Amino acid sequence: MDHQLIVGLEVHVQLLTQSKLFSGCINRFNPDEPNSQTDPVTLGLPGTLPVLNRRAVDLSIRTGLALNCEIAPFTRWDRKQYYYPDLPKAYQISQYDLPIAADGWLEFVADEETGERRRVRLIRAHLEEDAGKNLHDDSGRGGESRVDLNRCGTPLLEIVTQPDLRSAADSRKFLEELRLLLSYLEVSDCNMQEGSLRCDANVNLKVTTDDGHEVATPIAEIKNLNSFRGVEAAIEYEEQRQLEEWQRTGLKMGDVGGEKETRGWDADRGITFSQRGKEEAADYRYFPDPDLPPLTVSAEWLEEVRATLCEPPADRRERLQAAWALSAYDASVIIDRGRRLADYFEEVARLCGDGKQAANWVTQEVLRIMNDRGIEIGDFPISAPVLGTLLERIVSDAITVRSARTVFADLLEQAEGSQPVTVDDVDRVIDAKGLRKVEDTGQLEAAADAVLARNAKIADDVRGGKTNAVGPLIGQVMKEVRGADARAVRELLLKKING
Amino acid sequence: MEQSEVLRVARLARLKLADSEVDSYARQLTDILQYVEQLEEVQTDGVEPMAHPGGVTNVLRDDVVTESLPVAEALANAPRSDGRYFVVPAILDAG
Amino acid sequence: MSLTRASTDELLQLLDSREVSAVEVATAFLDEIEARDEQIGAFLTVDRDGALTAARTADERRAAGESAGLLGGIPVAVKDLVCTRGLRTTCASRMLENFVPPYDAHVVRRLRDEGAVLLGKVNLDEFAMGSSTETSAFRRTVNPWNSEHSPGGSSGGSAAAIAAGLAPLSIGSDTGGSIRQPASFCGVVGLKPTYGRVSRYGLVAFASSLDQLGPLSRDVSGSARLLQVIAGHDPQDATCLNVPVPDWTGQLEQPLEGLKIGVVAEQFADGLDDEVAAAVRAAVEVYRGLGATVEEIELPHARHSVATYYLIAPCEASSNLARYDGVHYGHRAEQFDDMVDMYAASRGEAFGSEVKRRIMLGTWALSSGYYEAYYLKALKVRRLIRQDFDDAFRRVDLIAGPVTPTTAFRTGELTGDPLAMYLADIYTSIANLAGIPGISIPAGISQAGLPIGLQLLAPSLEEDRLLRAARMYERETNWHTRWPASL
Ligand SMILES: [Mg+2]
Ligand SMILES: [Zn+2]
Repeated sequence: MDHQLIVGLEVHVQLLTQSKLFSGCINRFNPDEPNSQTDPVTLGLPGTLPVLNRRAVDLSIRTGLALNCEIAPFTRWDRKQYYYPDLPKAYQISQYDLPIAADGWLEFVADEETGERRRVRLIRAHLEEDAGKNLHDDSGRGGESRVDLNRCGTPLLEIVTQPDLRSAADSRKFLEELRLLLSYLEVSDCNMQEGSLRCDANVNLKVTTDDGHEVATPIAEIKNLNSFRGVEAAIEYEEQRQLEEWQRTGLKMGDVGGEKETRGWDADRGITFSQRGKEEAADYRYFPDPDLPPLTVSAEWLEEVRATLCEPPADRRERLQAAWALSAYDASVIIDRGRRLADYFEEVARLCGDGKQAANWVTQEVLRIMNDRGIEIGDFPISAPVLGTLLERIVSDAITVRSARTVFADLLEQAEGSQPVTVDDVDRVIDAKGLRKVEDTGQLEAAADAVLARNAKIADDVRGGKTNAVGPLIGQVMKEVRGADARAVRELLLKKING
Repeated sequence: MEQSEVLRVARLARLKLADSEVDSYARQLTDILQYVEQLEEVQTDGVEPMAHPGGVTNVLRDDVVTESLPVAEALANAPRSDGRYFVVPAILDAG
Repeated sequence: MSLTRASTDELLQLLDSREVSAVEVATAFLDEIEARDEQIGAFLTVDRDGALTAARTADERRAAGESAGLLGGIPVAVKDLVCTRGLRTTCASRMLENFVPPYDAHVVRRLRDEGAVLLGKVNLDEFAMGSSTETSAFRRTVNPWNSEHSPGGSSGGSAAAIAAGLAPLSIGSDTGGSIRQPASFCGVVGLKPTYGRVSRYGLVAFASSLDQLGPLSRDVSGSARLLQVIAGHDPQDATCLNVPVPDWTGQLEQPLEGLKIGVVAEQFADGLDDEVAAAVRAAVEVYRGLGATVEEIELPHARHSVATYYLIAPCEASSNLARYDGVHYGHRAEQFDDMVDMYAASRGEAFGSEVKRRIMLGTWALSSGYYEAYYLKALKVRRLIRQDFDDAFRRVDLIAGPVTPTTAFRTGELTGDPLAMYLADIYTSIANLAGIPGISIPAGISQAGLPIGLQLLAPSLEEDRLLRAARMYERETNWHTRWPASL
């Protein structure tokens, strides 16, 4: 007996708009002040009406194009009807049979070593409003639940994949690539903890029995996975569970009792659990929302949005390797940290003309400090033009790498004192500290001669074979000629001593 | 319409009906459905459904924030609240 | 002359010439309501303080030489289906018995901006579902012409208030005839505008694609003026049309030249009361006498309008009324087992039987397996009804006909037979399905002393034609000046 895991994902992405999908009510994550971000429309008060947010449509189209989807020239709004306390109108305005985007795909890197990409087909992406949040009584005594409508009405794009994923690890990698793309597109902040990216996984197995038959196990939909680790672990668990269930019961998809089941994920215990009974299939009674006129997307509108697209991270990752001779590893470190860091890197690389040098500094110095301080590149005190200029001084042989570190530290300190750092500061600090490599060999030779004259004993030792004894002399020369290159000084001294 | 069908629809509509209501709705809805069945005789092949009388499309608003209601006003009409949240009986299937 | 018997134009004249103050006008109506509404039953809420404050503001503006607005100091009664900030809005339902909206409907803002004096909120069928105002959870409204008869509905409180002299103007709403039918039963003027002419923001939804707010008044001029105030684009209603608002009041007295009037023969067949038929025919003759030509036309799908309407309206209603679940506002049951039971118990006990019947019908027709055969089919027939009108209006300027098959029926006469009640919408619901404007004007009194209405229908956005034609008729006749004998 053999089995194959089959996974399809449904991903809900909160769109980065100022206001909600159907009213001017503010769209912001704010769990600490419940019900402070509502208006009559958000509350679903009698008499209120929805009016569509243009920006949410723009962002949906942008995402759809980046996901290689067809954008619907005509679409409309449907009511999905069900009762839940976080849904004040008792219907969600969504898109049923005419999603704004359909038939797309996204590739992810399945194998880091070989760079092998795998393609996942996307069925659709549709725009809808988010519900509020129910807070449950954890006392176990029943008691009461509480409802916060701050999140209610936030624009959501729901992206649905074909069941093309074949492992828990692939599912996670796909989701990570999707998140990266969405963050590059700047359509969402994709914060899984805050719920701006939420994932449901449809999981089942294709079992090949010993006599060669292929059968499918009942599908489980695991709801509301809110971390990448959770996605991977929940699917792994579910694969084992379904396998054991199959071996125990032989229940197939479509059998009585083999209907689709909704399951939750308990991250603490590392298990999925049945959430809702299987008995009643939901009847959402979708129908076109009479309050909202349909939407047509013209070719001009499409082109307008297309102009706001950026290079997808997967393409950019490959281009960085080719254009700047980066390792796959370095390219990934830069790309995966987000579009702004990739922009930063490329500007630094362009300014200094050396991708390797730029990558070393960005992946080591810059990222280390960002991580230490818990900041993003936008808040990093050394701008790309400044770092690019500094590295250019290394590349053009004006300073040593070691000197550059000194300058870098100095500039960081300057920024600490809330003195903004400018490009001019680079050469100012180099010169103030006398770090510029000395081209004038006359000055260097004079200093070497003077030091040797003062240290005849050491010079003799060196001549006698104790080459390492030259060390202190190098230091003395460099003290007199700031910015001298240590290796050059050493060679000069040895040449003079040994004739 | 059978009584069981009335009960199915009442469950879907979240309406608790008295037994007498189940009886009378079964009768009245049957009458009404018999009446509306006249639409079957209307030839509608190729006719586009008319969900909106206006014929307008693309009514959009700019992404501009307007003022929120004070929390007290948002909760003012709630049958039960604790001053911060709407309060409902425990939601059982939540997990 | 009694202030409460005056028309809107007469009141404005008195106010503008400073012969009376807005406070005097408001007080006269408030006192009349206090004295006589116990018997009429038109009002659910009277806002004496709010009315007097608004009246004082209108007086102050006039005293300061400022414009007091198009309705400066004119009292208006608002159907209690329209949200008023800080003033209880019940929809005549136990469900919203204590609901106080934190916002004003668009039309209420417009009324306040133009200096209107809101007297209070008037009765209706629960959530506007009904044709007799008998489904109100709170009180019975009588027909001022005969207290044993219904004022019609669902805007029965609006029509009765005007007919009884408790308000000169009222805001009603019309989903399948709910302005025109009570106007006809009570002998007043009522106009349903083109769908999208008036913002629905703040009108508690019954059937969103059919609902329209409109004016009721003693005469055509009053309705023209009230429509002038409430019509126009509102960015908060995506279905509200962004088109210019003509100067209806200014053009009202200009008669229409070469008017072509269409009459639908089928409307005079079975089921139409003889007296009503005779009155409508006589009205058509009045137009002929004014130089109009009269042409017989057909609306081939009109006979399916009630079936179409009673699918689309309940489907939308079942969805619009799902929000009343006792969580965020409205009634919550005291006894229940769990949350699902709380929903069902709250809705089961707070909705009346007509509302529940329509929710059941709509829920059923939208449920899996029935959607296409019922809801979708009705939307297609709706398109055909609309096309009938498009064809008809290529030949005629207006369609004249009855508003209702009979004069006002007796209270309780039809409550046991919902289908019979629904069939009374046969002449009115076609306008809602097609989205076109229609008006009901007084056109006779039956032998039993009950008013008879004439309905005029016009193409979309042709309210100007409707109002001017109505005024032509009104000038030739004097039905609108009659008062019930009891007054
Ligand atoms: Mg609710
Ligand atoms: Zn969704």
